[in-house]
Amino acid sequence: MSAVIENHHDDHDHGPAKGITRWLYTTNHKDIGTLYLWFSFAMFLIGGAMAMIIRAELFQPGMQIVEPEFYNQMITLHGLIMIFGGVMPAFVGLANWLVPMMIGAPDMALPRMNNLSFWILPFAFFILLSSLFMEGGAPNFGWTFYAPLSTTYAPPSVTFFIFSVHIMGASSIMGAINVVVTIMNMRAPGVTLMKMPLFVWSWLITAYLLIAVMPVLAGAVTMMLMDIHFGTSFFNAAGGGDPVLFQHIFWFFGHPEVYIMILPAFGIVSHIIETFSRKQLFGYSSMVWAMLSIAILSFVVWAHHMFTVGLPLAAEIFFMWATMLIAVPTGVKVFNWVATMFRGSLTFETPMLFAVAFVVLFTIGGLSGLMLAIVPADFQYHDTYFVVAHFHYVLVPGAIFSIMAAVYYWIPKWSGNMYDERLGKLHFWLSFIGVNVTFFPQHFIGLAGMPRRYPDYALIFADWNMVSSIGAFLFGFSQLLFLFIVIKTVMGGKKATDQVWEGAKGLEWTVASPAPYHTFSTPPKVD
Amino acid sequence: MSGGSYYVPDQSRFPIFMAVSLFLLVMGASSTINNLDDPTSNSVYILYSGFACLFLTMFFWFRQVIKEHLAGLDSNQLKQSYVYGMAWFIFSEVMFFAAFFGALFYVRTLAVPWLAGEGSKGAAITAIELWPAFESSWPVMTTPDQGNEYDLADKSMAWPGWSKALLWLPLWNTIVLLSSSWTVHLAHLGLKKGNRKKFNVYLGVTVLLALIFVGLQALEYYEAYAHYGLKLNSGIYGSTFFMLTGFHGFHVMMGGFMLAIMLARSVFAGHFEQHDHFGFEAASWYWHFVDVVWLMLFIFVYIL
Ligand code: HEM
Ligand SMILES: [Cu+2]
Repeated sequence: MSAVIENHHDDHDHGPAKGITRWLYTTNHKDIGTLYLWFSFAMFLIGGAMAMIIRAELFQPGMQIVEPEFYNQMITLHGLIMIFGGVMPAFVGLANWLVPMMIGAPDMALPRMNNLSFWILPFAFFILLSSLFMEGGAPNFGWTFYAPLSTTYAPPSVTFFIFSVHIMGASSIMGAINVVVTIMNMRAPGVTLMKMPLFVWSWLITAYLLIAVMPVLAGAVTMMLMDIHFGTSFFNAAGGGDPVLFQHIFWFFGHPEVYIMILPAFGIVSHIIETFSRKQLFGYSSMVWAMLSIAILSFVVWAHHMFTVGLPLAAEIFFMWATMLIAVPTGVKVFNWVATMFRGSLTFETPMLFAVAFVVLFTIGGLSGLMLAIVPADFQYHDTYFVVAHFHYVLVPGAIFSIMAAVYYWIPKWSGNMYDERLGKLHFWLSFIGVNVTFFPQHFIGLAGMPRRYPDYALIFADWNMVSSIGAFLFGFSQLLFLFIVIKTVMGGKKATDQVWEGAKGLEWTVASPAPYHTFSTPPKVD
Repeated sequence: MSGGSYYVPDQSRFPIFMAVSLFLLVMGASSTINNLDDPTSNSVYILYSGFACLFLTMFFWFRQVIKEHLAGLDSNQLKQSYVYGMAWFIFSEVMFFAAFFGALFYVRTLAVPWLAGEGSKGAAITAIELWPAFESSWPVMTTPDQGNEYDLADKSMAWPGWSKALLWLPLWNTIVLLSSSWTVHLAHLGLKKGNRKKFNVYLGVTVLLALIFVGLQALEYYEAYAHYGLKLNSGIYGSTFFMLTGFHGFHVMMGGFMLAIMLARSVFAGHFEQHDHFGFEAASWYWHFVDVVWLMLFIFVYIL
């Protein structure tokens, strides 16, 4: 997309307010984006610390450092915090920073609601974390909170958990409505739908998924609340309900949720690969169609998480084929990324390293997903470490690598400074090695039959578990380097040019670095 | 997509106040619910203060938005944002109800027959072992465990047959709610023609009908509890019945409240113009949505 900015001077009526109230009262999409990103970083570190506890316990067979009860709380909180506190807010933060700048809008469509969607999040996670100190401990039923573990057998803190999920959901829904409205209503003249940058497209689709499924999650936790405290029997067979009903409702939310965590990554990676290949992205419109088909299909595959609960045969077959169908548009995307790089003038700055690693490692996760989608095979794999390996491959070197790539790619625009390339590359290689050493062996121990969600295991799994734990420590501690790099960049460094990257295209690269507090107060002209 | 400049409000205190209110609200709600059988617990006051703060914040926030509107700060583009925003909000509400309707369809067509032994695998076999006496029917009057854990109802809310149709409250509720959708539409037509009196009168009638609906619904619940023995804990039928109608009733109250505010704004402050009245339109969309949900309830919860 090429853009001509009519009046480039953008006289800004006022900059940010001083002090803490700037952050508390802000209606500025850049401020709110920054808040989301820092919040998600904090959650990433807290959730990461929990992962370190988990891997330390699993370093050797036998019970070493935590009680089984506490172990269960750790895996539950780790999952919830990483998904709802780490990945999702990071993407919302990126959407806040980038969507208005990419489409030439002055801000998000509903700026005050934007502030509200952020500020309820810290409260939600405060409630969730405070449950650690409550009688009976924190939630211990896994991030999927299956009934009756989460109803009949749950600790009292489940009530707090339920309400904190409600708040997270409200935050996501408001954030998503804001994104949809911004994209539908605020595009500068000339930014037609099929000229929108792919990150914007990916978020339009993601936001639609969010608005469709977060209320279903709210329904699920509401039914739990009623079953626990008010005598209903949604998930209790003795009263005519069915615990499997919980799983259906949960996964009707849960599977689109995993795409919520990967579609924005698709958008990010497309931009980065395009820039560092110095070529036009291969197959723009097929990228859009692929994302749309993935999003639509994601509503009809949920029961692939439930193959072993005793579904009718017809359902197993339907959900198996529907799931496999998703591999087609996913394959289109991977093909297009590779085709974009083919014969490009490639350079491998840190964002590109993360993006290329994304393509390779996410594909590994997609392939293990295909294996899991085969019903008879899944009877073996289900609830083993193979599943853990699968979803960590799509989420860590998938979603999280894309977030890190995005930070390296856009931080010069945000802060006005270049990050330290040498340190960035170091961070990449440590993370890349760490992630593979952690999760690749989990395929082996999973195929060999090690069940997930236990603090102890049989001796035959000992070697690979130790390897996995060493990888996890490496990956975990490398992230402190990331924190250091980000802080260093924000504090100073080589000044970034406006375009930052030689091959970068798009409206956000036409404004100054750092981006002025208000951009595109009058819409730019795009042709 | 107009070329004009879009109104981006300055810093605002409302959102953070609202966030704190919500925090108080859910902390209060969680601890109240966890201490339901402890009469000495004071958590309910946290809940009340959360509600109070929430209402206050919303009052001042909306007042601010209306003021900005009257000051002419909002462009057509901003109005369009409100239109899209409201539409997507209603869509999210649709999906919330979809979860409960989904649960209803699932238990009716799959779970309950399986519990009674239909099919040959998993659930069916377990259920036959555990509860051999259970027979599948809808409404489920006797739970699989024969009411061990649950208070069985004597009578359900289902269609009573033509002879008793006129005494059947849900029918009246349907009539009331459908007419209210019509009257709110008439009010809208009045406004569009610049006939304020017609607008006020029909909007007033709509609010009245909303009140009647809520009253009838309360009466129905009273009957259910007092005369039918049908309670929230009467097994899956009571669960789905009360949760679906309860959430609907709650939405009727919210929608009715919104319409009442619109009425007050029109009567006391002369708000809304012939061609510019999205505040009212948003409330009326919400009202039509609530109406459609009721139709679904009427068909799938009461009649079928
Ligand atoms: C080609 C694409 C994919 C296929 C075919 C696929 C298939 C599957 C299947 C069949 C399972 C259930 C395994 C079991 O529990 O036995 C599963 C689990 C999972 N998948 Fe995927 N998947 C795909 C992509 C993704 C992506 C993109 C994400 C997230 C970004 C993801 C995240 C997850 C998660 C979190 C779980 C485990 C949930 C849990 O039980 O805790 N998957 N996948
Ligand atoms: Cu899935």
